[in-house]
Amino acid sequence: MSGMEETPRERWVGREAGPVVRPYAVTRGRTRTRGGLVIDLVTILVATGRTPGDRVWLSREQRRLLELCRRPSTPADLASETDLPFRVVQILLEDLHQYGLIEELPQPERDSGRPDPQILMRVLDELRRM
Amino acid sequence: MNSAACDGPSARDADDVPLHTLKILVAGGFGVGKTTFVGAVSEIRPLRTEEVLTDVSEGVDDLSGVEAKSTTTVAMDFGRLTFSGGVRLYLFGTPGQERFWFMWDQIAYGAVGAVVLVDTRRLTSSFASIDFFEQRGIPFVIAVNCFDDARRYSTDEIRDALDLDPDVPVLLTDVRHRDGAKAMLVRLVEHALQMSRA
Repeated sequence: MSGMEETPRERWVGREAGPVVRPYAVTRGRTRTRGGLVIDLVTILVATGRTPGDRVWLSREQRRLLELCRRPSTPADLASETDLPFRVVQILLEDLHQYGLIEELPQPERDSGRPDPQILMRVLDELRRM
Repeated sequence: MNSAACDGPSARDADDVPLHTLKILVAGGFGVGKTTFVGAVSEIRPLRTEEVLTDVSEGVDDLSGVEAKSTTTVAMDFGRLTFSGGVRLYLFGTPGQERFWFMWDQIAYGAVGAVVLVDTRRLTSSFASIDFFEQRGIPFVIAVNCFDDARRYSTDEIRDALDLDPDVPVLLTDVRHRDGAKAMLVRLVEHALQMSRA
């Protein structure tokens, strides 16, 4: 499973030992995301229901985020709810995604980078009704 | 339906699960009413983001007294409107200064468009926002916030002063009122639809 991959900053001495480098900060000192999955402010994320493998160490913040993702949510909502800065949440969520614990709920209309006109029509109706 | 109806802990209906998420940026110079605008149509919630300070933090109220730090967190205005069918509209008030542009690119990705708030007493403070959206082909509308003590201008005068393309909507509004802010959002979504068909 791809979720078992080592992160670049970790070294393993054995299956049981866990990563030698333990996190010293919420994001393990990282200030940038690694790329890969684009975690936008409003990407919809949901827990996959898988349990973290023995080799996966989750921080308190990551466990909280994973718990919140049992219901579909967005990084903006998650950052607001946990009171963590958005960029920190982005990095932690990327880890959870890499571990196979969360996944993106696809929104086909977002693939083009522009909202789908049909969704825009619905929003327009709702706004006018407000 | 408004966001408050769905944001409570008792909301367990299907509508509370997001299926389609849309973003609108609320931009403009410092003190032009971004927070007021977001608060007029939705429940404001705190959203912090981190910024690396590369120069003096002049002009940003949140940063006073933190000159010694190399990074700090900046509060962004964040509002959410929850509609039926799992449609959610997120509003993000973006800090106006150019040094926040690295954030803007991230916020603007896939956005419906932007409402650029303009204060006629400080027109130049909105130039940077307008340039940003023009250059990236992101739909935007100009909301001229009618402050009580500001001289009234016609929309044509403002269009000329801002050197806007003829198809960019300009509306005079009072963002303190829900209807004024709502009308801006309606106009923006209409404009975005027109642009997507063009």
